Amino acid sequence: MSSIATKQTPTVKILANGFLIMWLIVAAFPFLWTLWGSFKVEGDFFSKANWANALFGTLTQSETGGSFTGAGYYGAWVQEEFWRAVMNTTIVCVCVVTISLTFGTLGGYALARSTYRYAFWFLLFALMFRAMPPITLVSGYLLPFFEWNLWGRLSTTIIVLVALNQPFTLWMLHSFFKNIPQDLDESAMVDGCTRFQAFRHVIIPVMWPGVITTGLFSFLLAYNDFAVTSMLLSKENQTMIPKIASFLGTTQTKGNVMFAVSAVVSATAPLFVMVMFFQRQIVSGLTAGAVKG
Amino acid sequence: MKHSSFFWFVLPSTVLMLLFIAMPIVSVVTQSFYTAHEQVILEVENCGPFGCTQETSVDQEATAALREAEPLGKFAGFDIYTDRNHLAFGEVAAAWVKSDGLPDFGSSLMNLPFYKALGFTLTYTAIVTPLTIVLGFIVAIAVNAVAKSLRGPTIFFSLLPMIVTPLVGSLILFWMVDARGILGTGLQWLADDPNLSVKASTGLMWIMLMVYGVWHAAPFAFVVFYAGLQTVNTDTLESAMVDGATRWERIRYVVVPHLMPLVTFVALIQLMDNFRVFEPIISFQASAHATSLSYAIFNDLGGETRLLSSAAATSVLTIIGIGILLSPVLVRTWRDFNR
Repeated sequence: MSSIATKQTPTVKILANGFLIMWLIVAAFPFLWTLWGSFKVEGDFFSKANWANALFGTLTQSETGGSFTGAGYYGAWVQEEFWRAVMNTTIVCVCVVTISLTFGTLGGYALARSTYRYAFWFLLFALMFRAMPPITLVSGYLLPFFEWNLWGRLSTTIIVLVALNQPFTLWMLHSFFKNIPQDLDESAMVDGCTRFQAFRHVIIPVMWPGVITTGLFSFLLAYNDFAVTSMLLSKENQTMIPKIASFLGTTQTKGNVMFAVSAVVSATAPLFVMVMFFQRQIVSGLTAGAVKG
Repeated sequence: MKHSSFFWFVLPSTVLMLLFIAMPIVSVVTQSFYTAHEQVILEVENCGPFGCTQETSVDQEATAALREAEPLGKFAGFDIYTDRNHLAFGEVAAAWVKSDGLPDFGSSLMNLPFYKALGFTLTYTAIVTPLTIVLGFIVAIAVNAVAKSLRGPTIFFSLLPMIVTPLVGSLILFWMVDARGILGTGLQWLADDPNLSVKASTGLMWIMLMVYGVWHAAPFAFVVFYAGLQTVNTDTLESAMVDGATRWERIRYVVVPHLMPLVTFVALIQLMDNFRVFEPIISFQASAHATSLSYAIFNDLGGETRLLSSAAATSVLTIIGIGILLSPVLVRTWRDFNR
């Protein structure tokens, strides 16, 4: 699809490319820098003498003998039991994604197919709930959860995260289901299926692209959450992000910033992999809400 | 769809949202009108050979029992809203009387915790949202102009700042602008001041927080605009060109109007997200220089003494703020639907 309108003069091309290279450096360099630095000792990562020490690992060489060291990772994963937080995060993410997708597909499907006015009001309320910062709700959870002895458990946090996730999941799946032609399930119902059977046998087989995309965003919400998990989980049930935050409080005085650095790199790695494999779905998910209004 | 089947389909989500979003709002509002019980004071008269003395002591057991029996605390009405940590009517009035001129009044407002948080939150929202849209738009135009084969990797790297956990992403930036990190050293070299430190300066800290905000949110705007650019009508662009429109005029009069609905969408999402700015303040350890409403709530809830009522009052004020911020959008959605 090349037309005159998309042709460019060399200056425009150079400008566009130059700007893009700058943006890419801004976007990606911090991650590469931190990944590289996580294999150094603290004296190199935060170098008073010369910033280039972080590149060549001068102090790392004199302290450990090699120019790379895994001490930060050992300290975080083994000594500070970061693996426990990783396990907790895995449990939380798997449960949150499964439950919110199950509930979300049911609700989203109904909202997409209902022509009544209350479906609109439902979505409008969901939008308002989506605007609520999670931390404002947390102050409402604490007292009842203490009273009923629900505080600190993984299961409580999972349910809370699923609930906070619902407005977004509903909106997204609603717009995906709108794109599945209505004739499909209606013809099944003409053939004698009930509404649920039509959903089960006709809609479920064709809904996976939308569900996978929505699932990615549910996963991100659960994985990235700090406000809820840091307030509702007890110390032994902590997930990765509050654990990293707690490293900051305790370790900076002990001089073990490298624990936090390697934990940060460990927490970023799965997201990296996710973007690599699901880039198309993420992009389509981000635009789904926008383009279809 | 029949009413009954609609009901059963949405039931699970509805129950969850009612229990964990609507009920907590009620609970937060209620909590904000109550305050913790004061400690029960015992007065004991000690009589010895040298006369009697009155001694007061805290009756720990009775206090605990009272707090156990009524965990909400005692009714306080609007007291919490008007105290020094929230709307601080008394302090604001005093500052108004004392101050000479608006700037002076403003600076004394910024000493009150609630107004300090509100000031930063609003400034952050007002500055980061437009910058995000502009940067995202420029990146989208640039990506659209490069060769097709390069677009995939470009999008991959562009997505990273947005996908990465906010707490983690801001930590990564914070370590780089540390006085001993690469960006910090670069800043010192630029400013020719070896003692320059972002951590020590309020202005620099605000700028860093906003730089992080734009860095984190621009990819979202970019992706949305990039998708929008794929649907721009080439015929319109070509006819504009035939009519003698320059490249800039084509962007100004064809592309931008086409993307306008998307700008509204991005602005809406960004307003919601920027108003809840929270994680970067934790990562940057910026609370001495900048606090946000979310951070104020978090700060009240954490720590040894959980100041539930104070946090609840700030939460209610935050929710009201969100309501005011979003009211134009809600009104518009409602009108569109009725048309």
